[in-house]
Amino acid sequence: MSRVLLLQGNQAVVEGAIAAGVRFYGGYPITPSTEIAEGMAKRLPQVGGKFMQTEDELAGIGTVLGASLGGAKAMTATSGPGFSLKQEMIGMACSAEIPCVIVDVQRVGPATGQPTSPSQGDVMQTRWGTHGDHWLIVVSPSSVPECFDLTRRAVELSEKYRCPVILLMDEIVGHMRERIELPDSYEGLSVPRRKQPDTPPKKYLAYADTDGSKVPAMADFGSGYRWHMTGLVHDETGFPKGTPAATKNSQDRLHMKLRDHEDDIIQVENYKTEDADVVVIAYGGAARTAYDAVDMARDEGIRAGLLRPVTIWPFADRQIQSVAKKTKCLLVHELNCGQYVREVGRAVQGMVPVHLYAKYDNEPATPEQLLEKIRESAEKIRGAK
Amino acid sequence: MLKFYTKRCKGCGICAYFCPRGVLEITELNKSAIKEGKENDCISCGQCEMRCPDYAIFVKKEGA
Amino acid sequence: MKSMEELVDFYFRPNRLPHLWCPGCGNGVILGALLKAIDAENLAKDDVAIISGIGCSSRASGYVDFNTANTLHGRALPISTGLKMARPDLHVITLSGDGDCSAIGGNHLIHAARRNIGLTLVVFNNSIYGMTGGQYSPLTPMGKKATTAPYMTIEPSFDILDLARAAGATFTARATTYHVPILVDVLRKGIRHEGFSIIEVVTGCPTNYGRQNHLGAPAKMMEWQKDHGVMKAAWDKMDEAAREGKFPIGVLSERTDLKEYTKAYDEVIARAQASVKEETA
Repeated sequence: MSRVLLLQGNQAVVEGAIAAGVRFYGGYPITPSTEIAEGMAKRLPQVGGKFMQTEDELAGIGTVLGASLGGAKAMTATSGPGFSLKQEMIGMACSAEIPCVIVDVQRVGPATGQPTSPSQGDVMQTRWGTHGDHWLIVVSPSSVPECFDLTRRAVELSEKYRCPVILLMDEIVGHMRERIELPDSYEGLSVPRRKQPDTPPKKYLAYADTDGSKVPAMADFGSGYRWHMTGLVHDETGFPKGTPAATKNSQDRLHMKLRDHEDDIIQVENYKTEDADVVVIAYGGAARTAYDAVDMARDEGIRAGLLRPVTIWPFADRQIQSVAKKTKCLLVHELNCGQYVREVGRAVQGMVPVHLYAKYDNEPATPEQLLEKIRESAEKIRGAK
Repeated sequence: MLKFYTKRCKGCGICAYFCPRGVLEITELNKSAIKEGKENDCISCGQCEMRCPDYAIFVKKEGA
Repeated sequence: MKSMEELVDFYFRPNRLPHLWCPGCGNGVILGALLKAIDAENLAKDDVAIISGIGCSSRASGYVDFNTANTLHGRALPISTGLKMARPDLHVITLSGDGDCSAIGGNHLIHAARRNIGLTLVVFNNSIYGMTGGQYSPLTPMGKKATTAPYMTIEPSFDILDLARAAGATFTARATTYHVPILVDVLRKGIRHEGFSIIEVVTGCPTNYGRQNHLGAPAKMMEWQKDHGVMKAAWDKMDEAAREGKFPIGVLSERTDLKEYTKAYDEVIARAQASVKEETA
C-alpha cells in the first residue's frame, strides 16, 4: 500500500532517511535546509531514533560522526555557510572512513549570499572542500521523488564504501513541492549497514582490506572490537604511521576503494541523447529546466538531449565521453559562473565543443532561456559545417 | 624492591626529587637508578611509582 | 586491586611505551590515574570509550586498550556526544587540553555542560599549547610568557570549572598531578556521576611552559602544585588573602537535580511514539 503526498524536497529527504534506517541526526538550522532538521526532530523519535540541535555546524557533523562510530546510520543537513564550516570534519570522515551523509541544500554564495535563492555554487566545494587529497561521493536529486530515493542511496553508498556521501541539493529542489508516492510501511527499505568484521576481536585490524574490496570492515564502538580511530595518517592497524610508504598506501586505498567501484557508484540519466546534436549537461534543480528546453528544441527540429549526472562525484568521465563521441556539441547549464563545465572540458578533451550557459542571478533559468542557448549551439554547429 | 623499565625512563628526575630517603638519582645516561650505597634504604613508600609519568619505576612489595 | 605495573600491562596497548610526552610532562600521571579509576570502578574495556581532541593530552587515547578516537582540534566533545547518544550504555570519557577545550572547542564545552550529557571530561590543563611549541591558551595565567606572548600575556584566564558550572555542569572537580590519590578519587566520582562531569587536572609542561617562565625542573613544577592546590574543605575556610594565588582541589560542585541528557531524550522518544499512536488511533 502506498500514499500519494504533496511534499517539499526537504521533507522527502527526511522520509528517505527514515526509510534508509538513519537513526541519528545532529545539525544546526540554516536556510534553505531547515525543514530537514525540523522533519528529523519530529520523525526520528517516532521510530526510536535521536535528533539533536547542536550548538553549531561543527557540532552538527561532529555528533553525526560520533553516532556513526557507535554504529548508527547518521546524517546532517546544512547549506553553503554551514557546509563550509563542516569541511574539516568531512575530511576526518574521509580519512578515518566513517560513514555519514551530509545534505547541502545550496543557496547563493559566497558568504551569507542569498539564503532563499537557488545556486549551484558549491559543486566544486563538495569535491574539494576539505583540505588534502581525498575521495568522496556526491549525488544530486532533481525532483522530490528523487530526493527520497537518493537520500536512501546516499546512506547506502556511505555505509557500503565507508565514506562521507554528500546529497547535493539546491534551493529549487529543497523547497519545491511535488507529488510523491510513498509506501505506507518502510519495512524492507532500510539499507545494509557497513560491513562487520568476520575475524575475532584480537585479530581485527580496523583498516585492513580483508576481502579485496579495499573497504575495511568497521566494528561499532562497544561491540567488543576495540580499535583506534585517528585523523592522523595511519596504517591498517589504525594507529598513526607517517612513513612515506604508509602515507602512500593509505592514500592509494582511499582513492581506489571508490575508483574501483565507479560502475556501482556512478549514475547518469540520458534523456534523448541517442541521436542528439546538442547535449545539455545539467544536474540538480537546473536539470529541470533542461527537460523542457530539450523538448521545445526538438519541437523546432533541433536534435537536443540531456545528460543528467545523478552522481556528481566521482565524475562520470566515461559516460560523458561516450555521449561526446556521438554528439556534435555539449552545452553545460549550471547555476553558477561555470564550475562543473571545467570537468566536462577535461573529460572530453576537445572531442566536441563545450559551451556554457551559466546563470548566477538568484533565479533559475526558464526553459525559454535555455532553449535560446540550445539554438545558439545548434547555430554554431551549422556555421562550422 | 624497585623495578625499573629503563627504556621508558626519560630521566625527568621527579622520582629522585620526591624520594624521601634519597635512594634515587639520575645517571649520566639520563636514567633513574639506585644510588650507590643506598641499595637497602628504600622503604617502599611508592612515591616514585605514583609520580613517575613514564611508568618506568615500580615498587615490588617484599615477598610479592 | 591491580598494582600500577599490572594496570599498565593490562590497559596499555602493546608496544605503545615509551609514550611521546616530554620528560617530566604530567600527562602520563593523569593517564595512569585514569586507568586506576577505571579499574577501581570495574569498567570493562569494551564498555569504555576514550575520545580525545588534538594536542599533547589527546595523544593519550591511542595508548590504551578501549574504544578510542583521536579526533579533531576542539571537537572531542561533539564526537563524544554523538557516540553517547548512539550508545548510552558506554562510559564515554573525553580527554582534552586547555586549548583544545576552552579555546577552539569552547562552544562545545559550555553546551555539553548545559545539556548535562553523561560524559566525563578530563581537561589536562598545562597552561599552554604544548604540541605546537608553547603558545598561550585561555588558561595561561595573565602575566606569563609564551612564544606568542613574548612580552607576557595581557588576557585574563578562564577558571574553566567556574565556566562549566555557570553553563550548567552538574559535577566539577579539580586535582593536580601531584595529588594523585585525590586525582584518582575525583576521576572515579566523575565517572560515577550520571550527568556531565568535568575534571580539571593541573599538570606541568616543563618543556614549553616551565622553560619560558623559569619554573624550574619538572619536580619543582610538581611541587608548586603541592603548595598551591588546597583541598576544598580547607579552601572554604580561607579568607581572600589566604586564597591569593592558590586554587581549590577536590570535588568542587555536584548536583543531581538535572536529568542526564540521553535519559531525558528517552522521554522525547516516549512522547513522540505516544503521539503517533494517538494519530493512528
